[in-house]
Amino acid sequence: MSNTNMPKWAELVVLPIVCLAVALAVAGVVVALIGQDPMEVLSFLIYGALGTARGVSYTLYYTTTFIFTGLAVAVAFHGGLFNIGGEGQAIMGGLGTGLVALWLSPYLPAWLLLPLMLVVGAAFGMLWAAVPGYLQAYRGSHVVITTIMFNFIASSVLVYLLVNHLRPVGTMSVESVPFEPSANLPRMHEALAWLGIEWPASPLNTSLFIALAAAVAVYLFLWRSKAGYNVRAVGSSASAAEYAGINAKRHIVLAMAVSGALAGMVGMNEIAGVSGKLLLEFVSGAGFTGIAVALMGRNHPVGIVFASLLFGALFQGGAEVAFEVKGFSRDMVVLMQGLVVLFSGAMIYVIAPWVAKPLNAVLNLFGAAHAKGA
Amino acid sequence: MDKASLPGHTTATAPTATVGSVAVGMHGIEKRFGAVRANQGVNLNVATATIHGIVGENGAGKSTLMSVLYGMYQADAGRIAINGAAATIHNADDAIALGIGMVHQHFMLVDTLSVLDNIMLGAEPHWLLSRADKATRGQLRDLMQRTGLHLDLDSLVRDLAVGDRQRLEIIKALHRGANILILDEPTAVLTPQETAQLFEVLRGLRARGTTLIIITHKLKEVMGLCDAVTVMRAGEVVADMPIAQATLEILAEAMVGRKVHIGRDGSVGVQDGAVLLQASGIGVQDALGVARLRQLDITLRAGEIVGAAGVSGNGQSELLDVLAGLLSPDSGELQVMAQTFNSADWLDPKTARQLGIAHVPEDRHARALVMAFAAWESAVLGYGHLTSYTTGGWMHHSAMRTATRDMMEAFDVRPRNTELQSSHFSGGNQQKLVLARELGQAPTILLVGQPTRGVDVGAIEFIYAQLRAMRDAGCAVLVVSSELDEILALASRVIVMNNGRVTGELAIDDCNETNLGLLMTAENV
Repeated sequence: MSNTNMPKWAELVVLPIVCLAVALAVAGVVVALIGQDPMEVLSFLIYGALGTARGVSYTLYYTTTFIFTGLAVAVAFHGGLFNIGGEGQAIMGGLGTGLVALWLSPYLPAWLLLPLMLVVGAAFGMLWAAVPGYLQAYRGSHVVITTIMFNFIASSVLVYLLVNHLRPVGTMSVESVPFEPSANLPRMHEALAWLGIEWPASPLNTSLFIALAAAVAVYLFLWRSKAGYNVRAVGSSASAAEYAGINAKRHIVLAMAVSGALAGMVGMNEIAGVSGKLLLEFVSGAGFTGIAVALMGRNHPVGIVFASLLFGALFQGGAEVAFEVKGFSRDMVVLMQGLVVLFSGAMIYVIAPWVAKPLNAVLNLFGAAHAKGA
Repeated sequence: MDKASLPGHTTATAPTATVGSVAVGMHGIEKRFGAVRANQGVNLNVATATIHGIVGENGAGKSTLMSVLYGMYQADAGRIAINGAAATIHNADDAIALGIGMVHQHFMLVDTLSVLDNIMLGAEPHWLLSRADKATRGQLRDLMQRTGLHLDLDSLVRDLAVGDRQRLEIIKALHRGANILILDEPTAVLTPQETAQLFEVLRGLRARGTTLIIITHKLKEVMGLCDAVTVMRAGEVVADMPIAQATLEILAEAMVGRKVHIGRDGSVGVQDGAVLLQASGIGVQDALGVARLRQLDITLRAGEIVGAAGVSGNGQSELLDVLAGLLSPDSGELQVMAQTFNSADWLDPKTARQLGIAHVPEDRHARALVMAFAAWESAVLGYGHLTSYTTGGWMHHSAMRTATRDMMEAFDVRPRNTELQSSHFSGGNQQKLVLARELGQAPTILLVGQPTRGVDVGAIEFIYAQLRAMRDAGCAVLVVSSELDEILALASRVIVMNNGRVTGELAIDDCNETNLGLLMTAENV
């Protein structure tokens, strides 16, 4: 895609690191402009995100949600579709997860209930994405428009249900009753305690493993299964897919359905893993952050896991900085995240030639062996 | 083939008003992309007011050289002199300022704008459009008068025929002051008539003192049009001569580096093989309701190559798509392998493959390969159902890679890298990969569109041999080509298509360029 003659490993490793460094440098300038010490902010950021067991836990907790939404965007992208609706699909998925928990947690044991919550959550997200997918494939309504619309509908549905039906009588806060314990996914510190490892309490829960398994599953789906091959063929060249006898319409719906199912799993982290009840705002923009995550992770599961980790660290570290440094508001944190997205997503091909030139000069110094491999 | 019989050939030579002066001098041009040396010490001298051909196989470095001249690439080493003065060309603007214009193979036009707007675009003489309009109109009237290139300035580009679009590109370059004009594969998309017209235009420009550089790999056109020719191979100039010293054989051999034979071979296949495919009464209308195929009948027999000749756009593409299952006709019937399909229930591409119909599509980029895929992924396109490739929805990567390696070996696809992205192969190697895939499952019917479009001379010979081998193995082959030479070299039987109909069917021995040309261009059919 790029015209830079860089070895593949450099494009995948060196380039993102340089982009991140540039983003942080620009962020540092902005921090200096508002009269703060950039190095102090940076050290608080890194320490807050990765310096303590508690910080790492929070970072990984955010990471979990971003893996789900990032994978969702990536799968749709490989099918040539821009799924902006991760937000709404995650809301509906959380709703499905929560409804199952509310209705069945008094009756079912955890080992049966939790998988059921996962499946129903994924199914809700899947349906919420499959409808725009269907409209795109068979009616030509653009998926970007419809998924945005569906975000609004999803959030309204959730508000309506919570306010009018799920809120216990006599309470003011817009949330459901807490689930029975069988509907709560074990926290990581609990799980580690069973293994005899002491770990501070945090929202981090075992849905991290579901997210990592989903990343593996996405890889297997896209690059090992025939259906994934077909999805990628449709996404890369609709006319070639038609020539190959691949039903493009069906695979557009499939790509959206899988995408929505992944976003729908967010509820396992936020609802089943953390809040233990259905509430508003549990997605809070993660569906959109997923777009940045997928962009930065080059739409590959491995890249997405690392990009999620970076964004998780930015969220957690940013919150820590806002807490520790006076006059450093949450808006500054959002600005830093924006810069990271800008430089590692949108500007990557602007930065690439600057990296390629010195890098190739160095490689040539060490002999042409590398260049031949490129 | 002797020069005098070439279409449109004239014996007039270039005017000699500026004998000896050199319009373009390129000396010692070096350009490397990573480890690839696209140009190595290339020298090129183009005399003023001549037509200079640059020929070479795909990847020989001719486009790179012209991109250096037009400022799209910077040479790593070497000097450029324009009209005798040393020049540094950093970008296309520099080139235009030096009087260099370029007509790209893929036109750079805005379809929804008028001819006038396209010419002005980016070079508006006044910020107020109505004034710019008026001024440009006047200048263009003079320009058209002088050059004899006429176009309606107010018609929309999307309504123009391909030949007119090319004319527009030429006017655009001339309007910006070009007196050195580079044309990249100018005849690739033209009909024979449009080609002849183009050549007249180019000769006219030469007579008025314009220097023309033509990148091509059609050697006959070089012989018919150019005053001098430079042959490139693997980034180097391997031959450079006035046209009087050149022959087709010399040029072909210089391009490929060995002797090539791409004419007819002895055998023309079986005459009365079993009928493998029969279609009758095929009618197709496009989205605008224009009939593309009208009551067309076609029969394909075992052991023959049927050549479908015709000017592009007379229904050949639709015919291929209909037979391959990509397009359902509005009327007609198809019998293939004891199965009958009618227009209400046409075969789909999957069924077509299962019935043994292989299809090498005309449009390699859009249809035959997924350009973003690795070679091995493209090499299984359409054949995912094979049990050796998949079980229960899972793909066997190693089996696919092995199969691709075998295909690359058997069809000499270079480089032999199964992981390389499909778009990074040259046209000829892409085509070989597609042929390897389509011929690999021993089809009984083979549909081939433009088998050698964008393919270099060395590969053409190989592709012809493969198609003949399929014929000899008892396959029914349909070849659609806009190159008459190709039809004549391959076919056992020729059908001529005109305006959606078959207007003539001839045994190969009865064919010659004259009678085919008449059938192709006859009016009122």
